[in-house]
Amino acid sequence: MPDVSDPNAPKGQADPEADAATKAQVEAAAHAADLRSPATWLPTAKVTVAAIALALLVGALLIVVSDQRVIESASYFFSYPWDFFRFSGEAIGQSYWALLTGAVGSGAAISQTLERAAPLICAGLGVSLAFRAGMFNIGAQGQLIIGAVCAGYVGFTFDLPPGLHLVLALLAGVAGGGLWGAIAGLLKAQAGAHEVITTIMLNYVAGSTLLFLLTKDAFQREGSNNPRSEPVDSSAVFPDILGFHSGVIVAIAVAFLIWWLLERSTLGFEMRAVGANADAARTAGMSVPKVYTMTMLIAGALAGLAAVQQILGHHDSLTANVAGSIGFDAITVALLGRATPLGTVLAGLLFGALASGGVQMQASAAATPLELTQVLQALIVLFVAAPALIRGVLRMRDTGGGATVMAKGWGS
Amino acid sequence: MKLEIRGLTKRFGSFVANDDISITIEPGEIHCLLGENGAGKSTLMNMLYGLLEPSGGEVLLDGSPVSFNSPGDAIEAGIGMVHQHFMLVPVFTVAENVMLGREQTRGLGVLDRHKAAELVRGLSSQYRLAVDPDALVENLPVGVQQRVEIIKALANEAKVLILDEPTAVLTPQEIDELMEIMRSLKEQGTSIVFITHKLREVKAIGDRITVIRRGKVVGTAPPTTPENELAEMMVGREVKLVVDKDPAEPGDTVLEVRNMTVIDGRGHTVVNDVSFQARAGEVLGIAGVQGNGQTELIKALMGLIKPDAGQIMLNRRDISKWGPRDSLEAGIGYIPEDRSHDGYVGAFTVRENLVLDLYKHDEFSRGLALRLDAVADNARHRIEEFDIRTETMNSPVSALSGGNQQKVVVAREFSRPLKVLVASQPTRGVDVGSIEFIHNRIIEERDRGTAVVIVSTELDEIFGLADRIAVMYDGRIVGTVSPDVPREQIGLMMAGAHGAPAEAAAVGNEDA
Repeated sequence: MPDVSDPNAPKGQADPEADAATKAQVEAAAHAADLRSPATWLPTAKVTVAAIALALLVGALLIVVSDQRVIESASYFFSYPWDFFRFSGEAIGQSYWALLTGAVGSGAAISQTLERAAPLICAGLGVSLAFRAGMFNIGAQGQLIIGAVCAGYVGFTFDLPPGLHLVLALLAGVAGGGLWGAIAGLLKAQAGAHEVITTIMLNYVAGSTLLFLLTKDAFQREGSNNPRSEPVDSSAVFPDILGFHSGVIVAIAVAFLIWWLLERSTLGFEMRAVGANADAARTAGMSVPKVYTMTMLIAGALAGLAAVQQILGHHDSLTANVAGSIGFDAITVALLGRATPLGTVLAGLLFGALASGGVQMQASAAATPLELTQVLQALIVLFVAAPALIRGVLRMRDTGGGATVMAKGWGS
Repeated sequence: MKLEIRGLTKRFGSFVANDDISITIEPGEIHCLLGENGAGKSTLMNMLYGLLEPSGGEVLLDGSPVSFNSPGDAIEAGIGMVHQHFMLVPVFTVAENVMLGREQTRGLGVLDRHKAAELVRGLSSQYRLAVDPDALVENLPVGVQQRVEIIKALANEAKVLILDEPTAVLTPQEIDELMEIMRSLKEQGTSIVFITHKLREVKAIGDRITVIRRGKVVGTAPPTTPENELAEMMVGREVKLVVDKDPAEPGDTVLEVRNMTVIDGRGHTVVNDVSFQARAGEVLGIAGVQGNGQTELIKALMGLIKPDAGQIMLNRRDISKWGPRDSLEAGIGYIPEDRSHDGYVGAFTVRENLVLDLYKHDEFSRGLALRLDAVADNARHRIEEFDIRTETMNSPVSALSGGNQQKVVVAREFSRPLKVLVASQPTRGVDVGSIEFIHNRIIEERDRGTAVVIVSTELDEIFGLADRIAVMYDGRIVGTVSPDVPREQIGLMMAGAHGAPAEAAAVGNEDA
């Protein structure tokens, strides 16, 4: 029987060099044996912190070379170098100070950070969950879009009492995203289609579906030619608490739920087993196709929840750009969070803070462009993905930490 | 050429894989390197062959120190290695494989096949290897493929030949032939380092035996040393090499396979009309050389692949349509042949692996929730009962030694009441101490009235455990015999003969 359900099975015989290398790793790992001891996760945490620091350092260079006063002072650097250093320092200081205060400097800033982080956390959890089951979910974007369409439609079409309306719209978004994810899961489980291919294609389908729907009467705002729907009813909006909308609480609660699912439930046990060794999971009686389908269903539902955060957070309308780049940022968040729920929450908060602080940074005296935050995000993940580089720079010992679960995402 | 290893040490982090190892290999000597899996034999050889960089010590060739940065350097210096897994291109001829990497051309990039074929023919007759240079490698039996590897090394003018577990993939006959070849190589001055954990072979061929345990040389012994003494050196304590067991008291037939046929993805009939019965309280041993359909037979039996024909009856119930979960739940215990591939999840903890196929039971979960305390209790219990050597129950199984990894699998399968135990290669890559333990547990399970089916390519294991022996060759069961028959007869059956001694000559000539 051709085994369609398992793209991660090792194929062929390993060459002796690889054998020797893996043996070395195994033997090196043997002494840091307990998976729960700090010796196991501490190096990972160190690498992450170091990656953030390094990214800020490179970011500082970028701030310097893009600052007008610094560039001008460079032209007379040899006659009066002091100006160059002073302006550089000022530019870096102003930019990063603005970034910091914009992220956590006030109640409003913190609210903004949390609201920006919530959809990233939800969608990031979807990507993380798929990682843990051995799948690379590139489709959070498409799942988000379909979730937004469903949640939005329920939100602005029906006239329901507050509370009930919110719950229904939320469930519609979650269901929409979940179904969209389940398509990729089913295709993998039943037809052996690689999820990277199918999710990317489904992203296109979702994006075009949204554009199409926004030209239809049921979605398009009355009397307008713009691809934009009515805003969702106030009865379907997350109520504000403590200055931010309560969807943030939902995101944190869901992160806890996913942690429980992965670490404490039989389904999570199956997901992790399939992700780590699908053959052994099958031999132990688990249904690998079922696990793939369930995982993508839940991953899609989480992306759908991210869409719900977006569209029900405030009185938002459905637009062509409703998902922004959250579906793709979610991949970055999951990578940085090492595909664990806690890590994903922390990474989501960091990215939320960068997004929120970036706006203030652009408005600061140094007028550093908002794009710098995106460069910072990319650099952080880049450094995290190259733990050997970080260790080289910081002269840390290689203890096997920092190896990521993502290495096998593409199968073999 | 004299090869000296002086104080060679290899550290991985704080783990010392090789600790101050000194061995001298005299010219024209067959030097056996005996040690359990994980004792550090392969690490040592990988350093000799330039695959690993030593952390300390030196290697001397004819008295002068050398250092190898790559296998290329080692080959240049006259060291050849035959790996356990062959490095051959199946669709190339023998001659093409031999000239691979050092192709000789006749100008304009035209390959000089003729010259390569001549070289193979020359070496083949010089060392009595009987290899046809124009045969496609994929058409050759495993034993001959191994000789192609040896020719490759000899073509590179190897003076020292390292054979890494060369007998693991061979039939008893092929092992005898290999030993002949080793003797002929030795006569003509080639030194051989023969790596193995099989005591019988060491005694049959070795000139000197160096025993390695936990990365250290524990001693050098002459081949006259009794087997149990060698085993004791290897393991570090006294071991029983013979399984203690009473005669079986077979009961009813529990498992019956009727006319099973499996056709693989390429259209080959890999299991051909196989029928057998396994009775309660009896061990049925399925002997055979690797790759004669045992793998597929067992996978079909467990519902991991679909048989193309035939029935599997468990207590007279047809289970041939069942999946693995149903079979496991019905009381079939399964120890897969490739444990790291199918038996455990390496990244999972010992604790988790011990419930890999039990987590759905009420004992370990309630609804969707795992009962972590029960899982931990179970782990504590099994680790003690099966003497699993692990730092904690939260260590990943990949960090354990092969024997302890296998014990995790065995412990898991033995932790529920069984009607049938299906064990494929239950002690492959397992140290002598653990072999003893696992064998005893299997016999205990038999005495409890379980029908046991053991698949093994190791005749010693089959003879030690089985009450009846079915021999598989080319997808068929060529005969079922009692363990009292002579070893040679089973060896012949493993090579396809139906037990009649007259056919022996024909088989022996096949390769010549």
